[in-house]
Amino acid sequence: MSHAPRNSVRRWFKGLFLKRVHHMITCREFEDFVLRYLDDELSDRQKSVFEWHLRLCRECREYLAAYERALEIARSVPASSGEAVPQDVPEDLIKAILDAREH
Amino acid sequence: MVDDPSKSDDAASLPAEHEVAAERLVRDNIGWMLALSERLLRDRGLAEDTVQEAFMSAFRSLREFEGRSSLKTWLHRITVNAALSKLRQIKRRAEDPIDEHLPEFDRHECRVEAPWSNLIAVDDVMENAELRERVSKNIDALPDTYRIVLQLRDIEGYDTGEVAELLGISVSNVKVRLHRARAALKKLLEPILRGEVDR
Repeated sequence: MSHAPRNSVRRWFKGLFLKRVHHMITCREFEDFVLRYLDDELSDRQKSVFEWHLRLCRECREYLAAYERALEIARSVPASSGEAVPQDVPEDLIKAILDAREH
Repeated sequence: MVDDPSKSDDAASLPAEHEVAAERLVRDNIGWMLALSERLLRDRGLAEDTVQEAFMSAFRSLREFEGRSSLKTWLHRITVNAALSKLRQIKRRAEDPIDEHLPEFDRHECRVEAPWSNLIAVDDVMENAELRERVSKNIDALPDTYRIVLQLRDIEGYDTGEVAELLGISVSNVKVRLHRARAALKKLLEPILRGEVDR
């Protein structure tokens, strides 16, 4: 049996709840706060609202965890794969730079 | 950007015309400058041109280097400026839109996000050369407008104000681009993040 109708009702109710209840924000509004939350730039009240949404919303909680993990991986890759210091600098490039300096 | 003192810092205190100092400056720094340029430009030939231009620019202004930052930090910024200038010079094909990689919401403003039963550990990616390569390719797949902001801020370590200054755009614009770049990267990396890619 399909769960689509039940999911649809659940999402309708969730959307209504988040829009109407005081101290709540929708998932779309949550998205606008993500960067400032991670940079610790939200006011105490904004942070509290953001974290209430996180507690109540499975989708945003898992989204944020994956977003942060993607960021950690992006930050780690260049250094770990040795891209920071390649070993194959062509000698003719070094010579060209030094020659150009003399002219 | 966080200072990262170079072992060749003392080269700045030598006369600019000193050949030995110049050669040491080049040899000590060309490796990481080339890697940085290649990350930003995604092309080895353009990266080599950029490094030459960056060194010429550094030699011209070496006397003006005041030692307020480390020599490496100073050279890093010169290299980034040269790479950004090169990016502006070359004619790139029209960028693909980023919209298809951004988060989705339904008509009730609820997020559309498939459940996550698994989230890969950072170490599992770092220990696997193939996965690291795929991550690098996915970063490169981002449209330049967004990729450059992510690389400068999240990978090269510049702060938001510095990125705005380097790109000549507002701080709020940097923030918008950065968030979109991260969100799009998360979407592109989903098969890896969910552990669905063969290892």
